[in-house]
Amino acid sequence: MRFDARVEVTLRDGIADPEGATIERALPALGFEGVSHVRAGRSFRLAVDAESEADARAVAQSLADRLLANPVLERATVELVAG
Amino acid sequence: MPPTVGVVVFPGTNCEYDAMTALQRRGADVRPVWHHERDLDDLDAVVLPGGFAHGDYLRPGAIARFSPVMAAVRSLAEAGGPVIGICNGFQVLCEAGLLPGALQRNAGLTFLCQPVGLEVASTGSVLTATASVGQHLTIPINHFAGAYACDDATLARLRRDDRVVLRYTENPNGSVDDIAGIANDRGNVVGLMPHPERASDPLLGSADGLVLLDGLLASLPVRV
Repeated sequence: MRFDARVEVTLRDGIADPEGATIERALPALGFEGVSHVRAGRSFRLAVDAESEADARAVAQSLADRLLANPVLERATVELVAG
Repeated sequence: MPPTVGVVVFPGTNCEYDAMTALQRRGADVRPVWHHERDLDDLDAVVLPGGFAHGDYLRPGAIARFSPVMAAVRSLAEAGGPVIGICNGFQVLCEAGLLPGALQRNAGLTFLCQPVGLEVASTGSVLTATASVGQHLTIPINHFAGAYACDDATLARLRRDDRVVLRYTENPNGSVDDIAGIANDRGNVVGLMPHPERASDPLLGSADGLVLLDGLLASLPVRV
């Protein structure tokens, strides 16, 4: 069975995020008030052929932890959608 | 015979000729090492030079760490052989786990290409062995992701074990503790963001990188 996975990689709490901070500083100039805690990240989409949802999730999480995210700075979360 | 230093070339590496030329002028035999090579038995030391290995896709060094040559680089490092990562090479060594921590994008989100002031913080590495603690050097940096980052426990360990080898005198990129270069616990694996090969002749504006290159070569055996 094929599962579509979405992997989101974000900086760990406490790791400086200059991109998020820059976006946040730009918001008032555009008229957006009351927006805070902006954190930038990356999103990946992939399809995983696996026997079960659990297997697909394990594969996606494993490759996310080994390749897509640098565990020193980032954490990866996996979302699955049955294809 | 002079020692032989291999300079690793990944697709996208662009400082290999600078590094080879600078080392050759200091008396080393040098050769390029293509990233598919698996046998480095002829080499006394390896330099991972600057550039954009594998296009820096995903993150700098994230793909390069899986290149076939890295297993041999790891073996050389484990056997005590000097392994030096300059700029992109530092990023590769961190991604490969040969050095702790990671290089994050510069705090100002700008690519920095400029000479920087450095202070030698430790002589307990093959690169800084012939320098002196507190010695000031001016060497160029050339990077977008050079802000060294690590967790508090790692930083405490690096400081306790005297493994921070170079610090910026004026932090240009947001590196934790002004770190410009670190070593592994044995001092034979060193990563640094500044480019000593670009400060290897007065014609280039500075020859301050020579003390680092000479330190590396002094650590190598003379073959008879």
